[in-house]
Amino acid sequence: MSLDVEVKDGVDQETVDAVKELSGTYKYGWNTDIEMEYAPKGVNTDIVKLISEKNEEPEWMTEWRLQAFERWEKMTEPEWAMVSYPKIDFQDQYYYARPKSMVEKPKSLDEVDPKLLATYEKLGIPLKEQALLAGVEAPEEERKVAVDAVFDSVSVGTTFKDELAKAGVIFCSISEAIREHPELVKKYLGSVVPVSDNYYATLNSAVFSDGSFVYVPPGVRCPMELSTYFRINAENTGQFERTLIIADKGSYVSYLEGCTAPQRDTAQLHAAVVEIVIEEDAEVKYSTVQNWYPGDEDGKGGIYNFVTKRADCRGDRAKVMWTQVETGSAVTWKYPSCILRGNDTQGEFYSIAIANNMQQADTGTKMVHLGKNTKSRIVSKGISAGKAQNTYRGLVSMHPKAKNSRNYTQCDSLLIGDKCGAHTVPYIEVKNNSSRVEHEATTSKVDDEQLFYCRQRGMDEEEAVALVVNGFCKEVLQALPMEFAMEAQALVAISLEGSVG
Amino acid sequence: MLEIKNLHVKLEDEDKQILKGVDLSLEAGKVHAIMGPNGSGKSTLSYVLSGKDGYEVTEGSAHLQGEDVLDMEPEERAAAGLFLAFQYPVEIPGVGNMTFLRTAVNAQRKARGEEELSAGDFLKVVREKAKTLKIDAEMLKRPVNVGFSGGEKKRNEILQMAMLEPKMCILDETDSGLDVDAMKLVSEGVNALRDAGRTFLVITHYQRLLDHIKPDVVHIMANGRIVKTGGPELALEVEQNGYADILAEEVA
Repeated sequence: MSLDVEVKDGVDQETVDAVKELSGTYKYGWNTDIEMEYAPKGVNTDIVKLISEKNEEPEWMTEWRLQAFERWEKMTEPEWAMVSYPKIDFQDQYYYARPKSMVEKPKSLDEVDPKLLATYEKLGIPLKEQALLAGVEAPEEERKVAVDAVFDSVSVGTTFKDELAKAGVIFCSISEAIREHPELVKKYLGSVVPVSDNYYATLNSAVFSDGSFVYVPPGVRCPMELSTYFRINAENTGQFERTLIIADKGSYVSYLEGCTAPQRDTAQLHAAVVEIVIEEDAEVKYSTVQNWYPGDEDGKGGIYNFVTKRADCRGDRAKVMWTQVETGSAVTWKYPSCILRGNDTQGEFYSIAIANNMQQADTGTKMVHLGKNTKSRIVSKGISAGKAQNTYRGLVSMHPKAKNSRNYTQCDSLLIGDKCGAHTVPYIEVKNNSSRVEHEATTSKVDDEQLFYCRQRGMDEEEAVALVVNGFCKEVLQALPMEFAMEAQALVAISLEGSVG
Repeated sequence: MLEIKNLHVKLEDEDKQILKGVDLSLEAGKVHAIMGPNGSGKSTLSYVLSGKDGYEVTEGSAHLQGEDVLDMEPEERAAAGLFLAFQYPVEIPGVGNMTFLRTAVNAQRKARGEEELSAGDFLKVVREKAKTLKIDAEMLKRPVNVGFSGGEKKRNEILQMAMLEPKMCILDETDSGLDVDAMKLVSEGVNALRDAGRTFLVITHYQRLLDHIKPDVVHIMANGRIVKTGGPELALEVEQNGYADILAEEVA
């Protein structure tokens, strides 16, 4: 084990070793050789207390969670999104699972679906992250990416901590931050996404198990990309991670988030909360490549992805850019939002949402313009194939004080085949006279002429579709950091395999 | 090179016969031209040979170097060396011309079990070939055919042909929409590719293209059949007298 990986409290060395071990066999599906320790199924105050206790949290944190739980019990699940799924039994989930000391239970390869194996093989990229996690130093010329890996409910290890510490950047798991940096957590946690924000965020506030924490001090440009790699592994387990990013005055950080899960017949719940605080003149880029298991062709299994992500441009001239590539999950309910509170703040949202087979995606953004001269830009590319339904839902709100503000929205949908659907639901509220909102939307089909043209030049049908679709997504792919752009392009191709013909 | 025998083709969705027994024998190293009035089936022939959907072969055969092309997927035909320069090249937004070319070249190499070209080698070759067609770096970066003028689109088709080095090149009305200068450029590009191992089938309405790309054999197509075959002089005859005489001859 290299010194770059810090072993956390509550995770024993064997766990880290096991993950390291698995990194070598990842492409064969790590589904999984780790024996888990579970809290009993269901959620109640005892479970909330137990999670808090497992994370060795101070009392104020336990209280915070309990208050959230009390609220959640009085709330009802929202039904306005254009998604349908069997009612979730929240008492039939595990809310806490962590790898126990390992007893290796080797599974034979033929138990793993070859399709899944092929997918991982083609993906490649998470392996790089795991190499880092396992402490393998990247060659000099490669850009370094610091990784925090969350495996089910616990953060396993964070790379490059020492190097980041030299720059004054704090990058650790949220549970560690609660213990080590309580003043920062107390000040910012729940300040962007309040405990009572929405059903899933409130549940998350009560039961979040771990997640990542970033603090970039004033004037610091974070010396490397930060990345969190989320993995839901245990069966019937919900993952509720919490991410808190604080960019202090004049700082800059680029943050990447990757998500995968093994194939399961039963649907699994994922309800994360991401809060970003951006002070004066600071800038945050947040990129996600979400590749949770989408369920099979008939819609069996898959991840239910109910995520609340919000950035608060608190100080003047603060900037945030969300970029997301959503290819996985059976159900996606996700609207990364920008609160443009300071004057001259800017919010950007670039999104590719791909839904194939029986997947349902209801995703978009909210741009809430509160300050003067605020600007926002939305570029959304929705791709539907198979029998999938893809909805863009976006709110642009110009408040009375947001004078001279601008929004530009571009919403393009691409259909592959004739059994899928694309929907665009823009909400626009303008409460002053000097602001301007533009909205453009297009819907097109992958054109047979284009496919024939590509095939006449020698590409097979899937390669042709991938090329055309990647062209369609280009503006968004360009917004991604290089490390992710390649992965995203490959994902676009993989997600659409079998969608034509 | 390409042997077409008694080819009968109808539209898939309609009961409409378009090709009614086409026989063509195209030898290696030769340039064959097909001329004919609108609706005679010239473009259909090029689509059927390259494998476009929407057509049904009801009778006959087409063999490329002994292989049954009608039995192959379009990309297999391409890898086997069949190339169609489109009359209306298709736009692909967001996909750089260079990316497209490289994907195509490597897809064919892969299909033939050859090694893929490295980015560096590819770039060298493409720049050289683009230069002779007066295609600048800017045009190579732009999305495939998007916002290209008629002449640029056709030059781009010839660039693709030059990069893919096919054995059997079908040019479907490559002269349409070209001014004199562009026609010259395109023809020079085609002539530079003439080779003992390469065959061209040039489909055109007008003799003027054949002033630049000199054919060895000229066929006249009408009503789904080849009605007359001759030397380059046949094209001149058509230019002067139109198709009426030849068609009348045929009926008689």
